[in-house]
Amino acid sequence: MTLQVENLTIYYRTLRGDVHALESTSFCMRDREIMGLAGESGCGKTTLGTSLVLLKPPMKLMGGRVILCDEELPIDDMEKMNPFRFKKISIIPQYAMNAMNPTRKIGKMTAELLRSRGVDYKATLPVLKERLELVKLPEKVLDMYPMEMSGGMKQRMVMVISTLLNPLLLIADEITSALDVASQKAVAEMLVEFRDRNLCNSAIVITHDISILYEISDSIMIMYAGQLAEKAATDDIIHAARHPYTKLLLATLPEVGVKYTEKQLTGIPGNPPLLLNPPVGCRFRERCPLAFEKCLDVPPFIEIEKNHYVACWKECGTNA
Amino acid sequence: MLKLDGISKVYSIGAFGGKQLRAVNDVSFDIGDREIVSLIGESGSGKSTIGKMILRLISISSGSIFFDGVDISNYKGAALKEYYRNVQGVFQDPFSSYNPIFKADRIFTFIKEEFFPQVSPLEWNKKLNNSLEVVGLNPEHVLNKYPHQLSGGQLQRFLIARALLLDIKFLVADEIISMLDASTRIDVLNLLADLRKRGLSVLFITHDLSLAHYISDRAVILYRGSVVERGSAEKIFNNPQHPYTQMLISAVPRLDRKWDKVEVDLNEKKLPELVTGCPYYARCPFAQKICMTKPVLIETESDHFVACTRYNKLSG
Repeated sequence: MTLQVENLTIYYRTLRGDVHALESTSFCMRDREIMGLAGESGCGKTTLGTSLVLLKPPMKLMGGRVILCDEELPIDDMEKMNPFRFKKISIIPQYAMNAMNPTRKIGKMTAELLRSRGVDYKATLPVLKERLELVKLPEKVLDMYPMEMSGGMKQRMVMVISTLLNPLLLIADEITSALDVASQKAVAEMLVEFRDRNLCNSAIVITHDISILYEISDSIMIMYAGQLAEKAATDDIIHAARHPYTKLLLATLPEVGVKYTEKQLTGIPGNPPLLLNPPVGCRFRERCPLAFEKCLDVPPFIEIEKNHYVACWKECGTNA
Repeated sequence: MLKLDGISKVYSIGAFGGKQLRAVNDVSFDIGDREIVSLIGESGSGKSTIGKMILRLISISSGSIFFDGVDISNYKGAALKEYYRNVQGVFQDPFSSYNPIFKADRIFTFIKEEFFPQVSPLEWNKKLNNSLEVVGLNPEHVLNKYPHQLSGGQLQRFLIARALLLDIKFLVADEIISMLDASTRIDVLNLLADLRKRGLSVLFITHDLSLAHYISDRAVILYRGSVVERGSAEKIFNNPQHPYTQMLISAVPRLDRKWDKVEVDLNEKKLPELVTGCPYYARCPFAQKICMTKPVLIETESDHFVACTRYNKLSG
């Protein structure tokens, strides 16, 4: 078991009170698993991903722990996390491709990054060149400035840098979102190849695009308003979803071949709740077509089938 | 309704404007009454440039745009304002379309002051409420609020409602759903399709092929400023003929099948004489010598045009 998250609760401290961004989240990931993490904006996907690497104010850890390969991560301690970052657990933050230093050439920037981790650039150079070849970037990019590269090239470069020290866990936050379909496919497939070549042991892919996850991930976890809704193998989520939110979310996806005139898709009515004062019980209750009295209690995130976890009272009922 | 006749946009680049960049190269297509046409292309293909030229936000280097048979490419002053009564645009980022320090409904006040100064406030309110209801918003919930109090989908629908206040005939929708969540984007898309019943034509600019297929009657595929394929959406999606379109469609992530194991070739072979030849030459797996001359659009079946030398040969 690579990653085990137990009751992780993260609040954002604001002047108007605590934002309950992540509420007692527990899940685990197998060895060599690529897990997709999906949901609407503001459901806590990025909070979950970022908190595992860089938990800084206004984020506050309210409870829970994270275990990576039998070792507890001191996620609450900025200093103590330093030996883990980049080496054991690495993140490609959202919009990372636009965060490269525009005044440094790629090679120099990489060297500075490595030095900050106490790794020698010269010694790593052969590995770096090998990785560049793997993502089909020419060696000369090391002498280029970020502005000379296209979006797809920058995203691939960021992937190379993030995985240079072979982390156990890679968190990829919206890495395909700003790319057009051709680069999107290339970047997504490279992520799988990184795993296959053991450059990272396992990965969490955060995205709002479930169809991308269907192509590359082994399992999918759906979040809603800071709570976990469902986690299962990719095929089970796509073809046999149990949580009403997952079902509605899948119904909004247009497939190639469906036309407006033939079959009209529907959105999910309503908006996600504000997390400053989250509703009691199941947070999807207000938008859920199946909601009943019991939903005033928080449903447990339980395994209803092997490796299929759901947080919904309706589903518990059928099993009990 | 709207007809583009060989329009181009040329930018001068370099320190002294010595070099020229053709962002849009000799593009022609037309959009009929109550028709939704998708303009599809990757980033940098010139699709937004075309949208902005139709809206006259940037000048047209050569060629003309006809609206209801009248050339609008040189409209100025009063004539241009009259044109905007009929043609409006909605853009990608709803959050930056608003001034955050003013209430969001200020955009409606502008419309009233500019275009309907004689309408009484009471009548105007009725018109406004009606327009908001058409886009599926409850006026009581959304009026008198600041932009940050509304969601992206609501703001985007505000902008569509603003366009509808003018009883427009043509809407340029430039990537209007790419910033929205999956749960709201379908609602906005359905709204767009419903507007057709009110006699509206839409140019739907997007890079998402599955959404384009879902909504549009006809499609235009753009690559590096040139049209490579156009025609009925049905035919293009079921029978893509240009190698670029084929590659795009195979790269769309779908829930009903996994990706083929075809490599996407991202590295372009740099060639000096790109201007004269087929724009896709550098990436095309079927490129031959003959592709160094620019292919013209050939009708391979009814309402399906392809610009590829492979079909030139077949037909002649």
